[in-house]
Amino acid sequence: MIGNLPFVVCMILIALGLWTLLAKRNLIKLVIGMSLIESGVNLFLVSLGYVHGGIPPIYTYAPNDALMVLPTPQALTLTSIVIGVATTALMLAFAVVIYRHKGTLDARKIRDLRG
Amino acid sequence: MSIHAPILAIAVPLLGGFAVPLLARIHKKIRDLWVLVVVLVVAACAGYVAAHVLKEGIWIYVLGARNPQETLAPGGFPIRIMLTADAMSAFMGIIAGLIVLVAFPFALKYIPEEEGKTLSLTLGVLLLAGIMGMSYTGDLFNFFVFLEVTSIAACGIIGFRTWTGRAPEAAFKTILLFGLSGLFFLLAVAFLYGEYGALNLAYLAAQIKGSMVDRLALALFLAGLLIKVAAAPVHFWAPDAYGEAPAAKTPLLVVNTQVSLYGLWRILFTVYGGALNAGVGWLVVSLGLLTMVVASFMALAQTDLGRLVAYGAVSQIGYMMLGVGVGLVTLSGRPDYGLVAMKGGIFHMLNDALTIGLLFLCVGAVEWAKGTRDLRELGGLGHGLPGVALCFLLAALALAGIPPLNGFASKILIYEGSFRLSPILGAVAVLASIFLLAVFVRAFQGAFLGPKAEVEVKLPWGFFLSLGVLAVGILVLGLVPGFFVEELVTPAAKALWHGRALYLAAVLGG
Repeated sequence: MIGNLPFVVCMILIALGLWTLLAKRNLIKLVIGMSLIESGVNLFLVSLGYVHGGIPPIYTYAPNDALMVLPTPQALTLTSIVIGVATTALMLAFAVVIYRHKGTLDARKIRDLRG
Repeated sequence: MSIHAPILAIAVPLLGGFAVPLLARIHKKIRDLWVLVVVLVVAACAGYVAAHVLKEGIWIYVLGARNPQETLAPGGFPIRIMLTADAMSAFMGIIAGLIVLVAFPFALKYIPEEEGKTLSLTLGVLLLAGIMGMSYTGDLFNFFVFLEVTSIAACGIIGFRTWTGRAPEAAFKTILLFGLSGLFFLLAVAFLYGEYGALNLAYLAAQIKGSMVDRLALALFLAGLLIKVAAAPVHFWAPDAYGEAPAAKTPLLVVNTQVSLYGLWRILFTVYGGALNAGVGWLVVSLGLLTMVVASFMALAQTDLGRLVAYGAVSQIGYMMLGVGVGLVTLSGRPDYGLVAMKGGIFHMLNDALTIGLLFLCVGAVEWAKGTRDLRELGGLGHGLPGVALCFLLAALALAGIPPLNGFASKILIYEGSFRLSPILGAVAVLASIFLLAVFVRAFQGAFLGPKAEVEVKLPWGFFLSLGVLAVGILVLGLVPGFFVEELVTPAAKALWHGRALYLAAVLGG
């Protein structure tokens, strides 16, 4: 059971992020919600690749019969983090521009585009 | 060189896109020429891949090895990344290649230098790289990466005109949904990786038996891709996005939704094809119907020509979902009419790319000439811009499925197939089309008919070249649809319909 704890934590993080997206109206908080989901997914990927008692997957100094954690999820996570940074930066940039135009970050007051 | 065509179609725009700002520092003309060369190379590669795939069968390009068998670890486990192009991928590549060949020359004339033409072209070329990657990849994680490349580039294009106030708002909304779509997709990939320890589409397809985890992953795939496709309950980003992006780049955004739809078909038919029940098909069919009905009604309420056309674009996605959805519902029995509906849905992708592309370019030309897209202020443009008016009318009629234009050629197949499954489906689809016709006739009347309006600006000839090419395409596809259906659409539909075993055998051997 305790082995499943990381997955439970990831799902809680993702659920918190989704709740933030649905319940909050401040653009910065929406960005935070998105980052929460992203962290949840990234943690999920990393914890998927963990092998109990495994060592880092580097062959240079490893003993011959070494038990290693899976390298692929780490590579995936790294890629996903980079993509996440780009998305977050773009979102924050748009939030800044919106604030300059409207003087507010409240999504309820930003409603030029309706219907 | 030609054996590297699939990877060149991705690598050339990816590197070429980042070279655009550097070349612009040397000279603007060199930059324009470079963009044209990149687009031509991509279109040529897409054409070559299509010709090769249609003649020789599935083309597997392995990164870092000469042939696919070298990539199989003992136990039939592909360890290298590969591109897998079958007839459906090739068809998607052709659509993308055609549209960029028209949209980029238009964009070169359309976007003013002081509005950041260089960066806008860069984003467009990067979006093209993502689209080509999504079309050809045979690996789930690569698909995710290219999905995010298109998301970020598309949102950059949407929010490009930061000085308008509306564009950043549309872009923020869109990137929120695109980001969510990407994360759902990644979570689904993580589930499948956790279960089977692989990312290759064909290997996963061979393993999936419909367990709990598989079904959870399928739900996440559906949620993620339907957001990106702009299907009905989550379509609301699309009108904002299409309305606010520079008109010359909007056709690319439409192709982006289509390639996401292609990804959905690839996952449903190829990866999950062995363990799919009809419920998923009915879900796709009902969401398709909802999309076309909701979007047609919303189009009626629009006073902005750009947003009106945008709702038209959303409604057409519904027809593709209906057509291929009928195929999904009947996948277990494989009756003839299922394949007919699928042919219609897939053919409609090509037709929609041309007609919606032409409509958006017409909107762009109107905005260029008059500086506004508000239907309450426009009117009488038919006297000053007869060519644009004619193109708009042609595309609007094609969109509504009036014979002998291309929209009719594909919609008749969709009507026929869906009617055989259930008469209600066909009836709703016909009604939505008629409704759309009324909406577009009203828009045409509002913008182009009426007392003569003065047009001071002369449109560059490059505009008419792009408009003309698309208009000729619409006419040709409408007058001789048989040739294209036989040569391009039928192989693509069959690749999804019963090509799954071939796809698996090509990658995994045996």
